[in-house]
Amino acid sequence: MEEIRDVVLDYVIKEYMEDQDDEITYDTALISGGYVDSFSMVSLKRFLETRYKISLPDDKATPEAFDSVNKIVTLVQEFLNK
Amino acid sequence: MAYSDKVRAIYSDQVKALQDAGILKIERYIHSAQDAEIEVEFPPGAPLKKVINVCANNYLGLSSHPEVVKAAHEGLDTHGYGMSSVRFICGTQDIHKELEKKVTEFLGTEDTILFPSCMDANAGVFEAILNEQDVMISDRLVHASLIDGIRLCKAMTDSFKHSDMAHLEEKLQLHSDKRIKLVITDGVYSMDGDTAKLDEMVALCEKYDAMLLVDDSHASGFIGKTGRGTHEKCGVVGKIDIITTTFGKGLGGASGGCVSGRKELVEMCRQKARPYLFSNTIAPPVVAGVIKVLDILSKTTERRDKLERNADRWRKALTEAGFILQPGDTPIVPVMLFDAKLANDFARDLYAEGIYAIGFFFPVVPQGKARIRTQISAAHEMHHLEKALAAFIKIGKKYDILGKTKNEVMAMYSAK
Repeated sequence: MEEIRDVVLDYVIKEYMEDQDDEITYDTALISGGYVDSFSMVSLKRFLETRYKISLPDDKATPEAFDSVNKIVTLVQEFLNK
Repeated sequence: MAYSDKVRAIYSDQVKALQDAGILKIERYIHSAQDAEIEVEFPPGAPLKKVINVCANNYLGLSSHPEVVKAAHEGLDTHGYGMSSVRFICGTQDIHKELEKKVTEFLGTEDTILFPSCMDANAGVFEAILNEQDVMISDRLVHASLIDGIRLCKAMTDSFKHSDMAHLEEKLQLHSDKRIKLVITDGVYSMDGDTAKLDEMVALCEKYDAMLLVDDSHASGFIGKTGRGTHEKCGVVGKIDIITTTFGKGLGGASGGCVSGRKELVEMCRQKARPYLFSNTIAPPVVAGVIKVLDILSKTTERRDKLERNADRWRKALTEAGFILQPGDTPIVPVMLFDAKLANDFARDLYAEGIYAIGFFFPVVPQGKARIRTQISAAHEMHHLEKALAAFIKIGKKYDILGKTKNEVMAMYSAK
């Protein structure tokens, strides 16, 4: 759990936060908060699928399910346990 | 009547919220033709004021050029006012085909298809050439019309950090399994005036078997030695798969746009692009005007050379006066003021001095990056630029920002 949370947080910071002064936490609203544009969500999905060798169906990989690091971890764990 | 008081209130509240937030857009009425000097009624009902225009996309000063106006008149006389049809029913004239051929020659591509606007070209092109098996990888600062076009297409979307070639390469690797990878960029970015690294992008696209689309709306006619656009400046003429551009800026400034590039892609647009299929194309007088514009620009580089000299002088003079500019070498010269209210006040004071420029601030540009975007034209003479410079300096002194650093300006205004 801890490991996935930090991997995702690191990825989000590197990918989206370079020009931002704000600090984000595990619960920061990423998409609805305007940090991650919906176009870029796909690379996050592909990163998770490659890293954790899972397949996230499109109907599960929604902007709502990707809206915070904690929500993303919940989604990944659901598929890791399958 | 379905437009009840309740429904009306929903919209009037939204308009009021925009007004309260200070972001309600208000038009200024121009009573003259578009040019370096224009007559403006602002606010509505105020007496006409003659001002120097430094915020038009009239880069080449062709919007009211006598030869272009004459050609449009002749086009009106010989080919009529409108077509009353989409292209593929009975809306294609000989001059539409002539313009498509001339644009192809001018841009150095294989074929061209006209659209009612570049907004329409960008709205239609992606859906016409891509499907679910493909991916679109766009620069994060591309124009709103490209974003809308991307949204209308079923292909996968991704983005790369603005002008970051290492990040683009990561994305090309990430999506290596896709049938078609299309990289999407503006040629010149309209808010900052910076130029895409098309030479590096072409090399990456060749390495990873990707296509490249460039929206060159803020470049066609004047960027590059002979004004062909950003691809000429970057030495990659013939290597851009798709160029979209407008006739509403440097190329006469009226309206219309196009998709120009690989002939199969253009043909797919002709078969499938919805703004092409379901809307009239460019009206005959405008087509005749754009043909004249391309004739003028193909004969001489005089206008783009003058524009380049004007922009260089303007950039140098503002820098010497102590303003902070967004770096670049295009006719888009953003004067950085950082604070939204300062940008707004500065533009208001410029207008009082007879200079028409607009303040841009969040959400049009990022927070803390408010600015006056100046756009230089070949229609500007030295006396226009000198008067504009004197006004900028006078107001710069008033707000005590000349020679100050970004942090000093921010401390003086953003902290208030």
